[in-house]
Amino acid sequence: MTLTATTGTPASPLGVGPASLRRRRVLGLAVCVLGVLLAVVASLAFGSRVVGWSDVVAGVLHPETSDIAQAAVRSRVARTVLGLLVGAALGVGGAVLQGLTRNPLADPALLGISSGASLAVVLGIMLLGMSTLTQYVWMAFAGAALASVLVYAIGSLGREGATPLKLALAGAATTAALGSGVSMVLLSRTDVLDTFRFWQVGSLGRASFAEIGQVLPFLAVGAVLAVGCARGMDAIALGDDVAVGLGQRVGAIRAVGGAAAVLLCGTAVAVAGPIGFVGLVIPHLARTFTGPSHRWLLPASAALGAALLLAADVVGRVVARPQEVEVGIVTAVLGAPVFIAIIRRHKVATL
Amino acid sequence: MTDPVHTLAVEGITVGYDDRVVVHDMTLEIAPGAVTAIVGANGCGKSTLLRAMARLLRARTGRVLLDGTPIDAMPSREVATVLGLLPQAPVCPEGIAVADLVGRGRYPHQGWFRRWTAQDDAVVEQALVATDILDLADRPVDELSGGQRQRVWIAMALAQQTDVLLLDEPTTFLDVAHQVDVLDLLVDLNRDRGTTIVMVLHDLNLAARYADQLVALTDGRLYAQGDPSDVVTEQMVRDVFGMAARVVPDPVSGTPLVLPMGRHRTGRGAQRTDDAGATVPPVELPAAQPVP
Repeated sequence: MTLTATTGTPASPLGVGPASLRRRRVLGLAVCVLGVLLAVVASLAFGSRVVGWSDVVAGVLHPETSDIAQAAVRSRVARTVLGLLVGAALGVGGAVLQGLTRNPLADPALLGISSGASLAVVLGIMLLGMSTLTQYVWMAFAGAALASVLVYAIGSLGREGATPLKLALAGAATTAALGSGVSMVLLSRTDVLDTFRFWQVGSLGRASFAEIGQVLPFLAVGAVLAVGCARGMDAIALGDDVAVGLGQRVGAIRAVGGAAAVLLCGTAVAVAGPIGFVGLVIPHLARTFTGPSHRWLLPASAALGAALLLAADVVGRVVARPQEVEVGIVTAVLGAPVFIAIIRRHKVATL
Repeated sequence: MTDPVHTLAVEGITVGYDDRVVVHDMTLEIAPGAVTAIVGANGCGKSTLLRAMARLLRARTGRVLLDGTPIDAMPSREVATVLGLLPQAPVCPEGIAVADLVGRGRYPHQGWFRRWTAQDDAVVEQALVATDILDLADRPVDELSGGQRQRVWIAMALAQQTDVLLLDEPTTFLDVAHQVDVLDLLVDLNRDRGTTIVMVLHDLNLAARYADQLVALTDGRLYAQGDPSDVVTEQMVRDVFGMAARVVPDPVSGTPLVLPMGRHRTGRGAQRTDDAGATVPPVELPAAQPVP
């Protein structure tokens, strides 16, 4: 050990990382916020009905007007808010799942959250004759929670507890089983199929403020839990052994973080249907400028998720006027190439 | 940091996986303030013993005592301020900077709401200087060489500021120069800060040279513990590794040097015969010389 620090490199602000990284993070977050603003404006301005800019402003500022164009704009406000919430929830939920499992391919679908929610909704429609959105929300939420608990329980069997690989395998197996349960019901009951179809694709079209008020508490609790786990996930990123060595309670972090992910992703799925690829892709995009620190990654994923989901929704509204393409389809089309790029970069062996 | 000296001991522990018992009823005290190396054949339970001492594995019977208190009964974070750990295969997150990784060693000293302080900065910088990687602080860890990367992990353990440091095969995957480099660094730590070091080592000769105390295991049981010159004997190598060997004084350090005798390329005893069949006297080893 030579105690002479030969180079004159100053120990740049060590706690926050290199100065260049800090600049990249701040710049990246600023771009995300700008993206959110642009997406909000676009979401208010574009829809299946073409409206002028003056109507956009008037519709937002004067909610009591009866002008048709302005009323159309007004109806887009709730949809915009819901889009932001769902996008942010999926972005953060995906980042949490990837952080907890150290698995770059983790997303709500991987841990059975989406398929659990879907099966619960189908069963609700078939057995209980459910037809309102409120009922779907609760069923989907319960299904998501049950499925992820099941996946975690299966993944924890045997020695070493819930390793990333075992969680991924348990999630894939559970997703397949639940998915075939959904197919079984739908193939035998065309009436259920009709009701279910629109929910399953993933859509923001039915948004209302009543609904937003209902899901907001779940999302808020989920977000708080996720942020609370940020430091723990930073430790888990170094391997479970190192995390224990650093005095972190790995099991507790996985349980709390898992609850956060279920709340965020389950609620998003419940209210907007299973929207794929956002939870998977957004954290990877965010990491390109935040680096691996979760204290930066989580807010960046929230902003980026909100901006991109809303943008995808706007695209879906305008590409096939006067029809709409559901946001779940748009994100799948946009997300698939990114997904392939991620797999190519990570080489699946490291999973 | 030499004071107070913390003690680490195991008391009749039995540790295993599923239905396989790997460490049997072992009792042992780690010498405080010394460098201890755990040696033994593959599968003898040396890593398992270390993992049990680091509370990564729960003992089925018996107790691991840190300062006389069962380690299971202490809050994990409190243990982490006394006992540091470098496991065999830590995970390096993609793109993480050296300073960021080393900074994570400060976690046990920070609470939920305690933010990063100037003292944390100072400790991290100190750890980077001690491991001679200050100039790499801003570099991504995954771009470094194996030897540099091991220094980064040791720096993280240093930033944790623990009086006891457990390392599971810290020299694996390193070439011989970097192995010596890492061991020198650990001995520096021990001498300068009084850190108690316990490490699992594969290389018996390096273990004998660098450790103050050897713990030799065989089949999950303690075979011998003590000064390397007392522990490493031809009989010990036969019992622990199941191999015939000569043990001579290491010409560099004077510590025991094990010369393995396999089935080939080994003369009888220390003698060999030349082409004509005449006995060639053993090679004279140079006397130990101080290294310049």
